[in-house]
Amino acid sequence: MEIPYDLLINALVAGLLLGAFYAAVTVGISISFGILDIVNIAHPGFIILGSYIAYIVNTRLGVDPILVSIVMLPVFYMFGAIVYQVYYHSFEKRGEDPLRGLAFFFGLLFVTEVALVIVFGVDYRYVQAPYIGPSLKFGMVDLPLRMLVPAVVALVLFLALQLFLTRTFMGRAIMGVAQDQLALRLVAASPTRIKRSAFAISMATAAVAGALLIIIQPVEPSVGREYIGRVFAICVLGGLGSIPGTLVGAMMLGVIESFTSTFYGPSWAPAVAFGVLLLVLAFRPAGLFGR
Amino acid sequence: MRSSTFVLICTAIAAAVFALARWYGNEYAFFAGYVVLQFIVLATAWNILGGYTGYVNFGSAAFFAVGAYTSIFFHKFYPLPIPVLIVLGGVLSGLIGLGMGYLTLRLRGAFFAIGTLALAVVLQTLVTNWTYVGGARGAYVLRPNEMEFIGPYIQYLFLLMLALTVFALSVARGIERSQLGYGFATIRDDELAAEASGVPTLRLKLIATTISGGLMGMAGAPFPYYLGYVQPSSAFGLEYAVNAIAMPMIGGTTSWVGPLIGAILLATIQQWATVTISSELGVLIVGVLLVGFVVLAPKGIVGLVGGWRRGRSG
Amino acid sequence: MALLEVSGLGKRFGGFVALDGIDFAVAAGERVGLIGPNGSGKSTLVNCICGTLANDSGTVHFDGAPIGGFKAHQRTRLGLARSFQLPRPFMSLTVAGNLRVPMVYTVNARGGRHLSAADIDARCAELLQLVGLAPKADRFPRDLTQVEMRKLELARAMAAEPKLLIADEAMAGLSQAEVSEIVALLIDLNKRGITIILIEHIMRAVMSFSERLVVLVSGKKIADGRPDVVIQDPEVERAYLGQ
Repeated sequence: MEIPYDLLINALVAGLLLGAFYAAVTVGISISFGILDIVNIAHPGFIILGSYIAYIVNTRLGVDPILVSIVMLPVFYMFGAIVYQVYYHSFEKRGEDPLRGLAFFFGLLFVTEVALVIVFGVDYRYVQAPYIGPSLKFGMVDLPLRMLVPAVVALVLFLALQLFLTRTFMGRAIMGVAQDQLALRLVAASPTRIKRSAFAISMATAAVAGALLIIIQPVEPSVGREYIGRVFAICVLGGLGSIPGTLVGAMMLGVIESFTSTFYGPSWAPAVAFGVLLLVLAFRPAGLFGR
Repeated sequence: MRSSTFVLICTAIAAAVFALARWYGNEYAFFAGYVVLQFIVLATAWNILGGYTGYVNFGSAAFFAVGAYTSIFFHKFYPLPIPVLIVLGGVLSGLIGLGMGYLTLRLRGAFFAIGTLALAVVLQTLVTNWTYVGGARGAYVLRPNEMEFIGPYIQYLFLLMLALTVFALSVARGIERSQLGYGFATIRDDELAAEASGVPTLRLKLIATTISGGLMGMAGAPFPYYLGYVQPSSAFGLEYAVNAIAMPMIGGTTSWVGPLIGAILLATIQQWATVTISSELGVLIVGVLLVGFVVLAPKGIVGLVGGWRRGRSG
Repeated sequence: MALLEVSGLGKRFGGFVALDGIDFAVAAGERVGLIGPNGSGKSTLVNCICGTLANDSGTVHFDGAPIGGFKAHQRTRLGLARSFQLPRPFMSLTVAGNLRVPMVYTVNARGGRHLSAADIDARCAELLQLVGLAPKADRFPRDLTQVEMRKLELARAMAAEPKLLIADEAMAGLSQAEVSEIVALLIDLNKRGITIILIEHIMRAVMSFSERLVVLVSGKKIADGRPDVVIQDPEVERAYLGQ
């Protein structure tokens, strides 16, 4: 089969843009699951919540969805801190088996989704913004702004988090909490407080990811489920706890998915992420770049 | 109580339930009762892996759907009686459980949970793209109106599910009291210590996923005949996955009684909510109860009752 | 012939070399102490010998046969039992129930002799008597004190009827009297024919227990011999003073 060159290039570019967006979706999980070892499978549900908040404010007041999400950051941060507090007191502190922690987040995911269905129904919702619609064109390459803007915002968010985690005291403490709780106590930092902040930050990213999501595609409450596979596939692909690995994993998955839907049809796309996840778990559980 | 006695008592209760439903004579009772029984089987199956060994399966819907789609496949390919389909669906989903376990059970528990979630989506995508079994549009199953000796077909299906319930409960209770159940408990408590005590943990976990997955597939096999029409989104519905977890968690995970209580309670609430308000509200209640119980009453209803009885006597 | 023979054992975690070509042997019936500063690789060594971790290089022979490809439970069944540094009891089983696990899954799985339910009950009672936990047989591990937890840990390892017992820091955090109690218990077990490797920080316990002392520092064996000689070794002294 002769593959048209321009189709190939466009699929690649679309995949990279998608990948950058996936990185924003996944970075929250990278922090909670990869660094804190909290399997927050409800994260995609909170992302959808972020989408709906952007949707409400956008349709009522006409505010730009990305701006809405930035205003919502502290609210999601607080919400994350509360969720962590409940998680900590109910499971981590009691040393309860991880079974219940998983069930807790699964329940949260489900409750978020069903609550959104009850309030908004199952219709697809979308936002209005000047960059939804137009495209930049470079030769044969199409750059829809609807994808480009989220990709740029995602990369900015990603870079900011990476700088925070490697350059600030708090960030380093968060990276350290995974390795050595005792060492942290020695420098008089409370692991619980650090983990709470880290979890709250991971939750805050959901506000931005949600706004980006509803810019890229119309959203209905169960869309979050598709992202569960993606975020964990990316996380595992890039190696648990590695923030740069997350970006690479996200780009790879974006490109693989883009090629799959270009050449085989979009109905196969959902299985790609999970297929990748199963393969990685089976053969390279430490991730592609792991030891 | 010996296992044979337990099976006899269960069968007697099941016969009484069936007689009562016939005496009541309302078709709706059979339709609603079938759903409750189906959830008892699903919850019991989930608990054999989740409750006894501590490994969370988020993909119950996948195993259930494998059973359902085995029936659809044979309905088109070479029609077989439902009891045979139940066995076939059970074997197939049991094998998928085994394969799934083999892929992910050597890793940390969380990976198994995420893997099961992945499995559900992969299988759903396969079925959606497989036109022989109806693809995304779904498939119709023509079922007879009457069954010899029994009467209306729904009564036959109800009876089959009743038998499956007795079977599932007996298996669960049998495991609990056997050396196998003892080994499962050590895995749930501390896998490293279990290995050091000579427990072949991987093998036991594979046994648990196989039995658990198999029972879920068995519960799904009659489903197309119950509904008459199956599409991927109904057979792979998230509500199966959520209920399969919520029912044991709310009832209590350490014995066969918990999933039974949880399933009867939650399935009844959902049936009631579906009829009176909306099915969304029904599943919302399940989700809220699940979160509430894991936070506030980690041992479930069985634990609450046990604590209350100890409190009174002590 | 040696009961346990470790040669050229190596293990790395990423760039960190945890074990660097360890050679040592333990003869049947010996009481060996294994010491070394924190992070010297003692626990990694135990985990590699017992099959909890896979070693990267080198071999482990037990009872004359290589056991490299064996999983932890298979090694336990061969007669290589361990206790954990932090006690890891089965929380949902009673104290007696904890001891029953290795009897059912190790002793009965070995083939040959089969313990009946009555035999198992008798063995449980006997072992609990031996470690002084008989009155707590039907209690759950959460009701036990630290020292009782350590005893349960040892009793559970013993219930597997091992040829070699590896006791990983069985006494950390115990009082002097409790330490003496555990040392006496271990010596008693040794007299019953069980070879024991004791990993310990508490020098008093190691010195009174060991017939031979092996010292690990930064993943390497730096001394191996009579305790009174080893302890005078300048390299050993430096390792401990440098800590």
